[in-house]
Amino acid sequence: MTASYDHAHDGHDHHDHKPGFFTRWFCSTNHKDIGTLYLIFAVIGGLTGGALSVMMRAQLMHPGSHVFESGQHWNAVITSHGLLMIFFSVMPGLIGGFGNWFVPIMIGAPDMAFPRLNNISFWLLPPAFVLILAGQMVGDGAGSGWTLYPPLSNSTFQSGPQMDFVLFALHLAGISSLLGAINFITTIFNMRAPGMTLHRMPLFVWAMLVTAFLLLLSVPVLAGAITMLITDRNFGTAFFNPEGGGDPVLFQHLFWFFGHPEVYIMILPGFGIISHIISTFSKKPIFGYLGMAYAMVAIGVVGFVVWAHHMYISGMDVDTRAYFMAATMIIAVPTGIKIFSWIATMWGGSIDMEVPMMWAIGFIFLFTIGGVTGVVLSNAGIDQALHNTYYVIAHFHYVLSLGAVFSMFAGFYYWIGKMSGHQYPNGLAKIHFWMTFIAVNVTFFPQHFLGLAGMPRRYVDYPAAFEGWNMVSSYGAYLGGLSMVLFVVICFLTFTSKTKVADNYWGEGATTLEWTLTSPPAFHTFEELPRLK
Amino acid sequence: MAARSNSVVALGLVGVIAGMGGLAFASVRLYRMFCAATGYGGTPQVGPQAGPGASGRFITVRFNADVNGGMPWRFEAAQAALRVALGDEHPAFYQARNLAATAVTGVSTYNVTPEKAAQYFHKTQCFCFNEQTIAAHGEAQFPLSFWVDPAIATDPHTRDVTEITLSYTFFHSLNDASRTGALAKAGPHIGGPDAQRPVATP
Repeated sequence: MTASYDHAHDGHDHHDHKPGFFTRWFCSTNHKDIGTLYLIFAVIGGLTGGALSVMMRAQLMHPGSHVFESGQHWNAVITSHGLLMIFFSVMPGLIGGFGNWFVPIMIGAPDMAFPRLNNISFWLLPPAFVLILAGQMVGDGAGSGWTLYPPLSNSTFQSGPQMDFVLFALHLAGISSLLGAINFITTIFNMRAPGMTLHRMPLFVWAMLVTAFLLLLSVPVLAGAITMLITDRNFGTAFFNPEGGGDPVLFQHLFWFFGHPEVYIMILPGFGIISHIISTFSKKPIFGYLGMAYAMVAIGVVGFVVWAHHMYISGMDVDTRAYFMAATMIIAVPTGIKIFSWIATMWGGSIDMEVPMMWAIGFIFLFTIGGVTGVVLSNAGIDQALHNTYYVIAHFHYVLSLGAVFSMFAGFYYWIGKMSGHQYPNGLAKIHFWMTFIAVNVTFFPQHFLGLAGMPRRYVDYPAAFEGWNMVSSYGAYLGGLSMVLFVVICFLTFTSKTKVADNYWGEGATTLEWTLTSPPAFHTFEELPRLK
Repeated sequence: MAARSNSVVALGLVGVIAGMGGLAFASVRLYRMFCAATGYGGTPQVGPQAGPGASGRFITVRFNADVNGGMPWRFEAAQAALRVALGDEHPAFYQARNLAATAVTGVSTYNVTPEKAAQYFHKTQCFCFNEQTIAAHGEAQFPLSFWVDPAIATDPHTRDVTEITLSYTFFHSLNDASRTGALAKAGPHIGGPDAQRPVATP
């Protein structure tokens, strides 16, 4: 294998030269630069999607508000919010951003297996992003919700090109994810440094491996479903149209066969990041390493056979619901293994409450709340009442908006010194954490009450009885918006900071390969392969 | 060596993508086959196979009729319910009147509830197997023929079933709708006061 690595850097000079601006950032084949592009893109996507959510909370603050000119405009905004956050913030941030930066470094590889493919993966996203925005702004906007269910998404109810823009955007984002997944799997299988066996791989790399496989198996199914939707809309086919012998429920099956693994695609890389942070700041190796790795594999495998728990009220018989309910609950077991292993890692450790650790512990707390409401919702009987209420909104925002996003911020504060060479402002970073923590809880906890009281999701207005908690939730969202502004300020202060950080600024707890490199790492790293003993 | 082995892995992964994409399209047919084989979603058994002959037990079959919004038909069952012997083949009738000034072709979807009874409900002949056309302001009578497998009374999952509802919903056939331009006009009607107008059984 060693010979193969020699080949990999044959074409490069041995000093650390960087190409010019255009070549470096627009034609990049360097995994670190592409990772940086992804991270910038994820911040832009997150700020856009976040701004939409603040508008949505402004509309819902009081009943009878008119922040949006029509219900369709509202529908278009919720559609964009969901798609932007999933495909243009969480996925590029965790997979494209941190994945590109640290998977090659952590396994001691000089770059990704297919650097040019990596460039295409990234550059497919900006046009997709533009198409999503076009979908929102052209005409009345595409108001199908991120789930794209026909008949709502068919040509009768969403006429005009805006819905097609959104569907093509998802095709582009899907191709981007698939190319990325091929790249990650090949890199992880073929390019590990000598001695880096699969069972010694850092947990973040394990997380990315499982995530890449989930992408590979689920995204083509979404691509198939939206292709059928596009032909139904534009070319007179009737895959999901009962007039022509089709079945709209088939779309729901196909969508959720993708959609459920998708939620694990968003959270597994976060699991990986959190494992490293907990271990670093407890100054202990992670508790139950193999259990942690295979828990992620188990979550990935079982995640493919639970999709219909999103469809309990689509007319399934009771035996089918019982199966999907039992299978869903089983996922709580590997997830529980992870939560308890993180706690066991902290147990008896010498804990440093640095900013990344605060985000990591916040993640565990909030993700566990979201996990518990998930088990509640997995009950087919209870879901009959709670389906499509704000209880569901609260549940998935606790695991994603609070879980996945907290893991992204944790990763940002953990690695920004390594990536940029600059120190973040510690005091402001702590304020950022507490502000975000309070904001998200004030925003989303009351939505449990609203859901239990029967407030349905996706509506532009509501009866006055729901006003109290909606107002509280909106105040939380405004505070969350402020915390995003603070984050932008922190980014600015970090990059203009004169304080340089050391190679391993977290000290003895940080044991993975990125901490053996300079901060920031040289343009080309591991031209000589590290050897693991 | 690395280059080759990288492309071998990548090619394999592209194969996986192609396979999953193909499976998504195959699922259209697989889904239909699965429903037909298991009675999932209330899909009855369809075919010319004759019933085994009357057994001593009886079951009530109710008949439901719906039309989709934008379908200019009045559609109803000729009988609200029938009490039939298990295993015995029975005819039943629906009638429809075209309210439009043009001939209209419709196609109906169908299922039975409770869904678990579907695997024992056999349709030997049915108007729902084909498109049906009624002339302007014309009327038509639609026949069907069915039998219920006596095994429904012995299967522990279904022996509590004493009543089966057979349901049809007529849609404007897609070909006909696009031919007459009804599709373009369908928009404003949907969600309006006359959408999804249920037709009472006499």
